[in-house]
Amino acid sequence: MTTRVGVVLFPGSNCELDAMEAVSSLGGDAVVLWHGEATVQGVDAVIVPGGFAHGDYLRPGAIARFSPVMAAVQAFAEEGGPVVGICNGFQVLTEAGLLPGALQKNAGLKFLCTTVDLRVETTRSALTAGAEVGQILRVPINHFEGNYTCDADTLALLQAEDRIVLRYLDNPNGSVDDIAGICNAAGNVVGLMPHPERAISELLGSVDGTVLLRSLLDAPSRV
Amino acid sequence: MDQPLHRALGLTDDEAASIERILGRAPNHLELAMFAVMWSEHCSYKSSRLHLKRLPTDAPWVLVGPGENAGVVDVGDGIAAAIRIESHNHPSAIEPYQGAATGVGGILRDIFTMGARPIAVMDPLRFGSLDDARSRWIAEGVVNGISGYGNSVGVPTVGGETVFDETYADNPLVNVLCLGLLPAERLVLGQATGEGNLAVLLGSTTGRDGIGGVSVLASAGFSDAEADAQKRPSVQVGDPFEEKRLIEACLELLEAGLVVGIQDLGGAGITCATSETASRGGMGMDVDVTAIPLREAGMEPFEIMTSESQERMLAIVEPSGLDAVLGICRKWDIRANVIGHVTSGPATGDEAGGRLRILDGFGGAVLADVPAASLHDDAPLYDRPRAAPSGWDEAGRTLAGPELPPCEDPAADLLAMVADTSWVWSQYDHQLYLNTVEGPGGDATVLRLKHPATGADTGRGLALSTDGNHRWCAVDPRLGTALVVAEAVLNLASVGARPLALVNCLNFGNPEHPEVMWQLSEAIDGMAEACSSFDLPVVGGNVSLYNESRGMDIDPTPVVGVLGCIDDLRRRPPGVRLVEGGRLVLVGATQPELSGSLWARDKGHRGGRLPALDPELHLRVAGVVRDLVNGGLLAGVHDISSGGLALALAELCVRSGLGAQVARVADAAELFSESPSRVVACVTPDSLPYVERVLGNAGVPFARIGVASGDRLSVKGLLDVSVAELGTVWQQRLPEALGSGTTQG
Repeated sequence: MTTRVGVVLFPGSNCELDAMEAVSSLGGDAVVLWHGEATVQGVDAVIVPGGFAHGDYLRPGAIARFSPVMAAVQAFAEEGGPVVGICNGFQVLTEAGLLPGALQKNAGLKFLCTTVDLRVETTRSALTAGAEVGQILRVPINHFEGNYTCDADTLALLQAEDRIVLRYLDNPNGSVDDIAGICNAAGNVVGLMPHPERAISELLGSVDGTVLLRSLLDAPSRV
Repeated sequence: MDQPLHRALGLTDDEAASIERILGRAPNHLELAMFAVMWSEHCSYKSSRLHLKRLPTDAPWVLVGPGENAGVVDVGDGIAAAIRIESHNHPSAIEPYQGAATGVGGILRDIFTMGARPIAVMDPLRFGSLDDARSRWIAEGVVNGISGYGNSVGVPTVGGETVFDETYADNPLVNVLCLGLLPAERLVLGQATGEGNLAVLLGSTTGRDGIGGVSVLASAGFSDAEADAQKRPSVQVGDPFEEKRLIEACLELLEAGLVVGIQDLGGAGITCATSETASRGGMGMDVDVTAIPLREAGMEPFEIMTSESQERMLAIVEPSGLDAVLGICRKWDIRANVIGHVTSGPATGDEAGGRLRILDGFGGAVLADVPAASLHDDAPLYDRPRAAPSGWDEAGRTLAGPELPPCEDPAADLLAMVADTSWVWSQYDHQLYLNTVEGPGGDATVLRLKHPATGADTGRGLALSTDGNHRWCAVDPRLGTALVVAEAVLNLASVGARPLALVNCLNFGNPEHPEVMWQLSEAIDGMAEACSSFDLPVVGGNVSLYNESRGMDIDPTPVVGVLGCIDDLRRRPPGVRLVEGGRLVLVGATQPELSGSLWARDKGHRGGRLPALDPELHLRVAGVVRDLVNGGLLAGVHDISSGGLALALAELCVRSGLGAQVARVADAAELFSESPSRVVACVTPDSLPYVERVLGNAGVPFARIGVASGDRLSVKGLLDVSVAELGTVWQQRLPEALGSGTTQG
């Protein structure tokens, strides 16, 4: 059965086409979920893509969280549906309260577009179920506000509940505990700053995002 | 301030007299303001038009040549590519962040105006010396502006150049190129046809930002920092989120076939967009100045008509399609207001035929009434005096200068040259749209070519290179410009691409100085000669004059952007890379000439005679390099340009973390010469015999010069330096300089 993946489109999103291309290239079906419509159209999984939703005005994700579609995404997540927020999508999920913590400006106070090494820390998330713990992945990052932060209790909880999904080998942005991605308690909602959809082709430099996105496409059948 | 109004607006007495002749009466303030912006150097090319006609513009694959918003070429598979380059030098000198940001915004609008989705931006940047605090402030602001706007608007910045030289102190060159793709059948032009059709203004409100930007900023020299600070209100302010929605809305309008013509609002704002669409369509237009949504109260009609507020477009639509147009704009939260009606053309004999009339409400008082075409077609055309600089020997094509100093320490000279530019481009999203096979930092950028409507991968690629070299052009602007074009062609060959089209940005000093006009004319001739030799059509260009720094004209700096096509992109091109044990082959012949080189400039030397360009040999070198790259026969390749063989070798080493042992370089002149038509190739031993046979058959000179191995770069008898040291200096130069404090002078 082909997995239908809904890709949320806010005004100002810009990685939606890339996410859809990546999903299609891995055999999934991708559909757009328009921000103004309070439905996820019965999809099997949701990607909140990168970009600058509502121009990142006020604060990344601060306006997008109020979009009608986010209520539907929240309900879908509460029913156990797999939801992945990439980059700006991660910021939106933290603002929406689907994931804890926040993303602040990079430690170097510069936008950073480069490729980094990530370590898979758990396979209990929708994005890493098909990967192996300790697996090293080369995946691009592209952000100004990617410096993950949270209070000490939250960090302890994330560590205790095995909810740190990916860590940077060489922390590029100052994130606490080298965190590149986290998940909710159930593991079905994942947020990460790196862009797995940019690492699906040898021609573009890496295929290491494939194992992550394939896990997402396989997630509905695991539920 | 007793000077007449027309002079305050930047018009000469003769120009004011022409306007009175055209109108048959004295113009009012509004009319004068409209002529002033449209007849500015920036909009009318009045000093350069005469010379630009000499550039070759035709080829069977050219769909749209110069004169439209962008050049368009057929790249096969039903896909057309729109390309344009522009300068935002003066705004960036005054307000670096917004100047650079709005430069990106403006070039994007030129591209989606043609119906194309912008897919890539390139930024050739030139700043004053890194030792100068103000130049560092400008450099940081410009890079932040491009990063802040370009990343947010969602178009990747995939390459460019970063050059530091004191000639650009206080007057940076911020050029920006944009490439877009469209289904070939969807090409739209910026024209208004069909009497009774509506002119709909899309996007931002109109404010007081950027009033007279083209005449105040771009068409006059700079004096001192204090006076420049006064000009800051003439710099526009950009909003990338508005632009992103505007792009999506316009592309959706075009996809739905709802627009007859569309035009972006750039320099000279509504005046330019309304008069250009009307005159291109052979029509007139009535514009209701009260229908234009304003950002602030109390704006005068002349301010509204000449404002350069950003993120605005003018769409010409049929009345029956208006509701659908407004619906799409609502979806994207884009403001849309009918501000004009297309009226009859000049051919009808109708009294209002071909007129651009500015009205105080449709049916209300006429505030301005001018022939629409006169704002363009009747713009002054100057054949300004030209004179070669003193010391120029035309017969010997030599510029008098002191003797070159001896080269005492090649290793130290090389270390002074190396600079990694990733500090700049790692701040740009250069990967969006999953096209970037080879990003910034290489010889040329390589992009996958996907169909813009279906997303289908053609298996082919596009390549882009931007190049300029003021050092060469300062010695001999004609040959220097030809060498710049040649370098771009060889850069494309190094990634396996054949060139299709060239756009240029001609950055020069004050055209009222005869030497500057001579440089401009010579540069255009050099470009024309090279482009003809290489069968390369010029499909668009931009001229930026009055680039002056601290009382001096900048060195002549024609910048070219060349688009190429890769016929089979199944594998990545080899890139600037060495592999252990690879044999180093120097392709092409070296002329031991240092005049005009980076090495000479670093020694404070100017003048001399540039190394010669043999176009026929150059094409053979480019052709064989392209074939070897596409055949997968090279492990690495780097073209030889600024810094000569020495810098090419150093970059190969630091980018690979591998050393090279090189011999058969006679002296420092051969080591640092920038003579054209040369690359260094890294070839594995088992490929070497075949590669040498191919080179021999192509009739191209070549020589084995060394092997890639170890942890030192050594050139026998000339230099020996550790790759680690080279790498550290290379990596640290920009971050250290730009992190060392800046000043807003």
